[in-house]
Amino acid sequence: MYAFEYRKAASTEDAESGFTAADDASFLAGGMTILPTLKQRLAQPSDLIDLSGIESLSGISVEGGTVTIGAMTCHADVAASADVQSAIPALAALANLIGDPQVRNRGTIGGSIANNDPAADYPGAVVGLNATVHTTKREIAADDFFIGLFETALDEGELITKVVFPVPEKAAYRKFPNPASRYAIVGAFVAKTSDGIRVAITGAGPTVFRVTEMEADLSESFSADAIKDIAIPQDDLNSDLHASAEYRAHLIGVMASRAVGDCS
Amino acid sequence: MQISVTINGKQETGEVEPRTLLVEFIRYQLGLTGTHVGCDTSQCGACTIHMNGRSVKACTMLAVQADGQNVATIEGVAEPDGTLHPMQEAFRDNHGLQCGFCTPGMIMSALAMVDRHNGEALDEQTIREELEGNLCRCTGYHGIVKAIAAGSKAMQGGA
Ligand SMILES: Cc1cc2nc3c(=O)[nH]c(=O)nc-3n(C[C@H](O)[C@H](O)[C@H](O)COP(=O)(O)OP(=O)(O)OC[C@H]3O[C@@H](n4cnc5c(N)ncnc54)[C@H](O)[C@@H]3O)c2cc1C
Ligand code: FES
Ligand code: FES
Repeated sequence: MYAFEYRKAASTEDAESGFTAADDASFLAGGMTILPTLKQRLAQPSDLIDLSGIESLSGISVEGGTVTIGAMTCHADVAASADVQSAIPALAALANLIGDPQVRNRGTIGGSIANNDPAADYPGAVVGLNATVHTTKREIAADDFFIGLFETALDEGELITKVVFPVPEKAAYRKFPNPASRYAIVGAFVAKTSDGIRVAITGAGPTVFRVTEMEADLSESFSADAIKDIAIPQDDLNSDLHASAEYRAHLIGVMASRAVGDCS
Repeated sequence: MQISVTINGKQETGEVEPRTLLVEFIRYQLGLTGTHVGCDTSQCGACTIHMNGRSVKACTMLAVQADGQNVATIEGVAEPDGTLHPMQEAFRDNHGLQCGFCTPGMIMSALAMVDRHNGEALDEQTIREELEGNLCRCTGYHGIVKAIAAGSKAMQGGA
């Protein structure tokens, strides 16, 4: 690791002013991505601004048909939350599928979506449930948040404070995990919401995306059969040592069908 | 930077760089070498410790992140007179280790697992799923899974 300055922010204002004052700062949440990156010397921030002391960023609340999760809430807390389990069981189940217990005890929802790893799980739920990402400056709709490979709508130094998920009628998440890391090779999040059906796919492309053709067919008839003949174009899908684009395209159909089955 | 960490019930202070890893502080500055480094890439769990009662990988935390927190390492598991904890005893009885390199992390993960399940005896499927973050190159896991099941049972009744 290259040397850096460390400071623990006391409030979101403190974190933002620290960010602005530094040459080239990064926020530090659970550290499950940024610390491995620094160890490999793939980044060289001048300052790490630790968000863990900002109490207002952690916690879960359910009210008015929404589930709100603070940016610094770790995956283990989302998975174990009785409130999330009863309001959006698919979201608690998704959190429980991330990595391993030690990673879930540190990794946070804010860090996961800010990082926007193509194989991360949370982007599936954020887009699938049409959640809203709140930052210190504004509110960003899920469909506008994830832009591309490791790229989001966040401006430099913009801090995520919480994510607000509308409670769906039914939702389910199915993933085909990489057997070593548990990251998604393909993950499908399917939700029946008051605004219609949403199908979000993570792991398969450079960033999470919706399959509007499946959404349309599922609105006609909500059954795995309705989408079984939809062919997913391979052109924009990831191809790596874990899975070819062709295999991922096939898995999208399989995982989406299973998720639909879980919703019925 | 000056940090102060409660380790196995004892207050420890030390001077670290911001980039010093928690596992480096524990091993090199405090001399508690029971916490191992297997991969140094957040995969293997040999460095598993507890922070505020939860299992974490000490190779993927900065020492400064543990400032003011409560840390437990494998050295704090047995009784001060050397009597093994029931979970450690279970690893010995069930062939839960060969070379022993992964064992401290396995035991810290096992104890956190029992804790997450409110002290209940654990079944095989739960153990296999929740041992995802710990790798063993020797045993093939069967002995470890048996050991954790037996250890969790032996812990019933508040051992
Ligand atoms: C072994 C292993 C296995 C894993 N498996 C999976 C898996 O199966 N599925 C999965 O989805 N993930 C997986 N992860 C990733 C993990 O779940 C974390 O979600 C992820 O590492 C990022 O969260 P973090 O809190 O650790 O963020 P950090 O590493 O602390 O930060 C990541 C990035 O986000 C920025 N950031 C953090 N918080 C904020 C904020 N509030 N506002 C703005 N920017 C912010 C940071 O500056 C940094 O650039 C795995 C990680 C490991 C080490
Ligand atoms: S040494 Fe920490 S996970 Fe392998
Ligand atoms: S006993 Fe050798 S690595 Fe597990």
